[in-house]
Amino acid sequence: MAEEAHGAEEGGLVFHPMDQFIVKPLFGDGAVGMFTVTNVTLWMAITVLCIVALLVLGTSRRATIPSRTQSVAELAYGFIYKMVEDVAGKDAIPYFPAVMTLFMFIVFSNFLGLLPMSFTTTSHIAVTAVLAMAVFLFVTLLGFWKHGLSFLGIFWITSAPLVLRPILALIEIISYFVRPLSHSIRLAGNMMAGHAVIKVFAAFAAVLAISPFAIVAITAIYALEVLVSFIQAYVFAILTCVYLKDAVSDPHH
Amino acid sequence: MATETTTAELGHGSGLPETAAEAPGMPQLDFSTFSNQIFWLVITMIVIYFVLSRIALPRIGSVLADRQGAITNDIAAAEDLKQKAVEAEAAYNQALIDARAEASRIVEDAKAGIKADLDKAIAVADAEIAAKSAEAEKAIGAIRASASESAAEVAKDIAKDIVAAVAPGKIDAKSITAAVTAKIKG
Repeated sequence: MAEEAHGAEEGGLVFHPMDQFIVKPLFGDGAVGMFTVTNVTLWMAITVLCIVALLVLGTSRRATIPSRTQSVAELAYGFIYKMVEDVAGKDAIPYFPAVMTLFMFIVFSNFLGLLPMSFTTTSHIAVTAVLAMAVFLFVTLLGFWKHGLSFLGIFWITSAPLVLRPILALIEIISYFVRPLSHSIRLAGNMMAGHAVIKVFAAFAAVLAISPFAIVAITAIYALEVLVSFIQAYVFAILTCVYLKDAVSDPHH
Repeated sequence: MATETTTAELGHGSGLPETAAEAPGMPQLDFSTFSNQIFWLVITMIVIYFVLSRIALPRIGSVLADRQGAITNDIAAAEDLKQKAVEAEAAYNQALIDARAEASRIVEDAKAGIKADLDKAIAVADAEIAAKSAEAEKAIGAIRASASESAAEVAKDIAKDIVAAVAPGKIDAKSITAAVTAKIKG
């Protein structure tokens, strides 16, 4: 940061808005291999610790009259439980822990990513694509396992006129396979964009003339990002529920 | 929209020579780090899943169920107590009604007793008054009789004296007495 500010004074702005997303080893300076302990490892571990602190330590007293932490944990539980029940239906309740896992991981990663100097794991397409593909494959396999080949009925819209059905089926199939792509890019794109914009304004803040504006803009975008962090986690979870509904409910509804 | 802005900024940033030299575009598209990220992500998700499904979610679920049970029990107990309160109020009202009826009965009895005593006393007093007035009438009758007798005597004597004074010896005493008696009766 300090060098960047100096560089800006000497001549021209220096933008490094994407540097915050670089995956680098925590110890040493070597290449990033598969098992290297990197900043990804660190921030994912912090995410796990936060989730444990909230949902396990926060509820350790099992109080009938909850403490504040326990209230938050119960709120999160009720929020996702109701979402699964309402959106995906009662049949999807067995998959509630999986949806909860996704939601808690994403919401904590997003919020932790908002801390200055932190690393946002969910801003990486590698992470969100794996999550989205996992949801996609799970839902598809679950659908075939539950309904056999009649699961393909979700592409054959019986309520539409017969002539339209093949066209609709094509559109449905395309949109079905685009799901993991939009599911993952939505989250990673939102997280990356917000953080990059904040960083760009942070670079502008080094220029005296526009620094008040830049600082106000950083504050405003930060507030927006707090909102986006939650909303994207919510959207990811609710879309997972929507996809789950296809698998657990009757394909010929 | 935000993504477009970022891309534009990114393009601008990588246009600068030193940035272009340092960062090869988006770190998100640096495939050499993918295996690392995916490895740690999978570990993380497995850990979170097991922590949630084994410890956290059953615990929170049971806490919520316990609370729901406690609330249901408390509401039932409250209903029970309310029912008891209603019963107690009904009993209280019944007791009040009974007490009022008892009180009015006592008042009636007392009134009847007093009335009977009063009637008896009035009857006794009436009888006494009747006896006294009969006595008095008798006495008055006696007085009246003696008074008219005396008055007749006096009238006869006065008539004899007047006759003797006016016409001595012409009219005898017997006829004078008869005339006075007839005059008094007449």
